[in-house]
Order: sequence, then C-alpha cells, then structure tokens
Amino acid sequence: MKPLLSRIAGLAASVIIVLWGAATLAFLAFRVIPGDPVSVMLGPQAQVSEAVKDGIRAELGLDRPPLEQYFSYLGQLLQGNLGESYQLRMPVTEVIGRQLGATVQLTALALVIAVVLALAVALFARGRVSRGVVAGIELVVLSSPVFWIGILLLSVFAFGLGWFPVSGTRNPATIILPAVTLALPVAALLGQVLRDGIEAAERQPWATTVRARGAGQVRLTAHHTLRHGAAGALTLAAYLVGSLLGGAVLVETVFARPGLGRVTLSAITDRDLPVITGIILFSALVFVVVNLIVELLYPVLDPRLRPIDARVREVRT
Amino acid sequence: MSVSARADIDRRVRVSSRGTGPRRALLWAALAILAVVAVMALFPQLVATQDPLRTDVRAALEPPSAAHLFGTDQSGRDVFSRVVHGAGRSVGIGLLATALALVIGLVVGTLSGIAPRAVDATVMRVTDVLLAFPEFLVALVVVAILGPGPTNVAIAVTIAAVPVYVRLARVQTRSLSLAEHVEAARILGVPAMRAFVRHVVPGVLGSLSVLATIGIGSSILAAAGLSFLGLGPTEPSPEWGLMLSGGRNVLVTAWWIAVFPGVAITLTVVSATIVGRSLRAGAEGRAR
Repeated sequence: MKPLLSRIAGLAASVIIVLWGAATLAFLAFRVIPGDPVSVMLGPQAQVSEAVKDGIRAELGLDRPPLEQYFSYLGQLLQGNLGESYQLRMPVTEVIGRQLGATVQLTALALVIAVVLALAVALFARGRVSRGVVAGIELVVLSSPVFWIGILLLSVFAFGLGWFPVSGTRNPATIILPAVTLALPVAALLGQVLRDGIEAAERQPWATTVRARGAGQVRLTAHHTLRHGAAGALTLAAYLVGSLLGGAVLVETVFARPGLGRVTLSAITDRDLPVITGIILFSALVFVVVNLIVELLYPVLDPRLRPIDARVREVRT
Repeated sequence: MSVSARADIDRRVRVSSRGTGPRRALLWAALAILAVVAVMALFPQLVATQDPLRTDVRAALEPPSAAHLFGTDQSGRDVFSRVVHGAGRSVGIGLLATALALVIGLVVGTLSGIAPRAVDATVMRVTDVLLAFPEFLVALVVVAILGPGPTNVAIAVTIAAVPVYVRLARVQTRSLSLAEHVEAARILGVPAMRAFVRHVVPGVLGSLSVLATIGIGSSILAAAGLSFLGLGPTEPSPEWGLMLSGGRNVLVTAWWIAVFPGVAITLTVVSATIVGRSLRAGAEGRAR
C-alpha cells in the first residue's frame, strides 16, 4: 500500500506546485507590465482626482509593499477568494461560477463528438484511398481558423437551410453547431494521432500473429491496435483540453453564446485584472486535473505500466 | 562544380521527385498559391482593383460581380481589394512572429544545449509547460496580461511560437556537437567557440528553418484568431481575421464578406503546411 500512498502524495505535491507557480506568475506579470491598475480600472474617460485614486488604491491594498501584497494575495487564494471584478463589482469566483456551466456543456459535448468522429475514422477509413482523403480533410480542417468553420456552418445550416436555431440558450438545439465547430479541429488532431499509433502497432510482429489466428481487420483494430493508438492520444489530452478552452473563446464569440470564453474576452478588453488572474488560475487547475486523470488512466490502457503485484494478481485470477 | 556538390544536388532531385504524380502537383499548387500571396503582400496595388479604404454607401453589400469580384461590405468597400491589401498584415504578422521566434529559439536553444545542467533543465521545464498548450491559448494569455493592440498581438504570437524552436535547437545542438565534422574540427585545433559558431549553429539553423515553414501557418492562425476577437488591428485596417468578424454580423444578407477572407487564410496555411512537410520529408531523406 505504501507505493500508492507516496504516489498520491507526490501527485498532490505537484498539483500544489503548479497552482502556486501559476498564481505567482500571474501576480508578477501584472506588476511588471506598465500602467497604473487604478487608472486602467477607471477607464480612460474617467475624471477622477488623485486623492480619490489614492483612496481606491488603499482600499485595494495597492499602496502596501509588494511582498506584503503577495502574501495577502496567496492567503486570500488559500481561502478560495479570487478578489473582486473591477468592472462587474462582484466576486471573481461568482463571475466564473455563473458562466462555467455553459462552457462545460459546450466543451464536454464537443469532446464527445470529437472522440466519436476520430474513432469512427480510425476504425472505418482503412483503404489507401480513404486514408488519403481523410488525411486531406484533416489538413484543411487544421489549417482553417476555427471561427471561420463556425461562420460557414452557421451560414449553411442555420441561415441557409434553417436546420438549427441561430443563437440563444433556451433551445437545446443551439448547442449543436457550436459543439460541432469546436469538435472538428480536435477530431482532426485526435484522428491523426490515433491513426499514426494504429499504423505503427500494425507493423509490429504480434499484429501478424493476431491476423494469423484469423482475426479480421476490425477485430484487430478494436481489440489490439486501438489500445496503442489511444495511449498516444492520451499524451495529448492536456493539449486537446487547451484547444477546447481556447476554441471556446472563439466559438462563443461566433455563436454569441454566454460562457467563460465571453467572460475572458470582455475581461481582456476591459483590463479586468482580477478576472483575468482568476481565469488563468482556473485554467491551471483544469490543466492539473486533466493531467492527474491521464496519469491514472495510463495503467488502464497500457498493462505494462501497472505495478508488478497488480499484474501478478491479474495472472492468478 | 565539385563532385560532392553534384552528388548533393543529385540526391536532392531524387528526393523531391520521389513523391508520386498527384503529390508533386499538390506541392507545385501550394508553391504557386504562396507566390500569389507573396505578391499580394508586397505589391498589393498591382493586384487590387480599388482602394481598400474607399467607402461608397450607395454600393454597400453588393454581391460578387465583374466590378467587385468578391462583392462589397457594409460600407461599400471592395472585399477583393481588402483581401489583397490584408495579405501584408495577416501574413506579415505570421512571418514576423516566426522569424523572431526562430532567432530567439536558436539563441536560447543552442546556448541551453551547451549550458550547465541546472540552466538547461530550467529552460527545458519552461518549454515543456508552454508546449503542453496550443499556440492560440498561450498567445491569448499573453495578450490578456499585456493588453490588446497590434504590437502586443505580434509579441504574443511570437512568444507562443518560441518553445518549439528552443526545444529543437537544443536537441540539434546536443547531437551536432558530437557529430564527426565537429569532432574533426576540434581535432584540427579549431577553438571550441569557433567550431560551435561555424559548424554547429548553421546545422541547427537548417533544421529550424524547415520547422519554421510549417510554423508560419500556425502563427497566421493564432494572429487571425486574436484579430477576430478584436484584440489586434482595428477598423478600418484590412486584416483577414478582423474582416471575418465584420462579416459575422451580416451573414444573413452578405455571405461573401465572411467567406473570402477565410478562404485566403485557409489556402495560405494549407499551402505553407504542404511546402513545410515536403521540405521536412526532403531533409529527413537527405539525413538518411
């Protein structure tokens, strides 16, 4: 039991280190860039006297020494307090919390669509010609701006054919086009990695053995080579989640959907530093959690990575 | 012409002609598209039919015709001329960011390759973290910190592109430092620094340039995404990403405004990727 405990302790330590690193970088970054946060916060048109600005500075604690600011910031973070939005005048955790649901729905559905598409292509595009066609489509999808794919889908399926509603959140069907848009580049990347892994596995001697036992192509892929492809795809998991998050900013803008992406964009244009910091920290948390899940999934996919005693137990049963 | 040079050319020709018929045709098509884009970027006035900034409210939202090849936008500006004039800005930012990233990557990567282990390990850790994210996301975070604006977008896209080059430059420096010709130079008494600059750095630069051809595409995409969000150049600058965001609002009545700039981006990026992949295949063939 000891190795498991020390492994968990190690993982927990790496989670804390990554989050602390992200928090520190965000803190430093906003102190390095030029510009007075209070002037930025009030906007260029504001006619405010220096005395009032000093008052705001004192209220936000910006007049205290940097090191003291840093520790009180870390202390606040430990209590789960991300500060208050300059523009919206509400706690950052609430700003993020309110919009989180919409983005989670969108990215989760997109991920499901992407995985299904990539698996379908990996399983059924077997011939030389179909693989060539698929590779061509993947190249074009990966070379197109994701927001342009969204615009095209919107004009064909919403405005042209009228199959889907244009925007709004009441109608559940509005999520389909944005999710497909977000899914396409992810599916293309995932498909490439899966296919590379499967093709490499097919060149292994054991693949010939499996074929010699009379297994068909689909069985070989589904039961044997897909596992190898999936292990390769899993290493990309964090990258794929990153492209879903980045894509969400673009896709939510194209489809005028509420969500974290829209919050991020308005925080960037309004220079709402607490919200930006909050979103950076939140993304770091997502990144860490995804990596943890990947760590735990590896041994499930690849038996060679399981601890020895677990393997022995498996052989005995 | 020396024998070795001839053999080199011979090998190169064989490598480039190794691809089958349609693949070669595709490569030529990609090169042709890139040539057209280059002309548009360098001499827009030769290709454009009108002033990209001239508004004409009476001719607003006209569909494509002989007078306006790609139609007109909300203010009656000629979309074709705007796409042509946009090439400089949209492709230029990709080229500039890639060139800067290549230079930074070359310097940091080669130095990291010969630096003490602690420095090397730190640099590699940082690039590892940055490489775990898509370029667009890294660029977005940098713009979030620096604030919007065309200069900051260029800086952000450059920073997002750097890690790949650092990584490759470091690996190449490590392996080239042990290569036979560098060893030979050292045995002949060439000072270490000179051997490094004359025999290691050029080799690293070669590999990085091949990678850069593919990198231009992703930098163009990242920059277009940021301008689409309104974080880069502002109206009325002709820029492909920005034009798409203007076209998004009149999609029902005027599809052409949002279609042609997107076609321009996709064609440019696809072509750069095809040429880059073929260069890489050639370089790998030569190394073998």
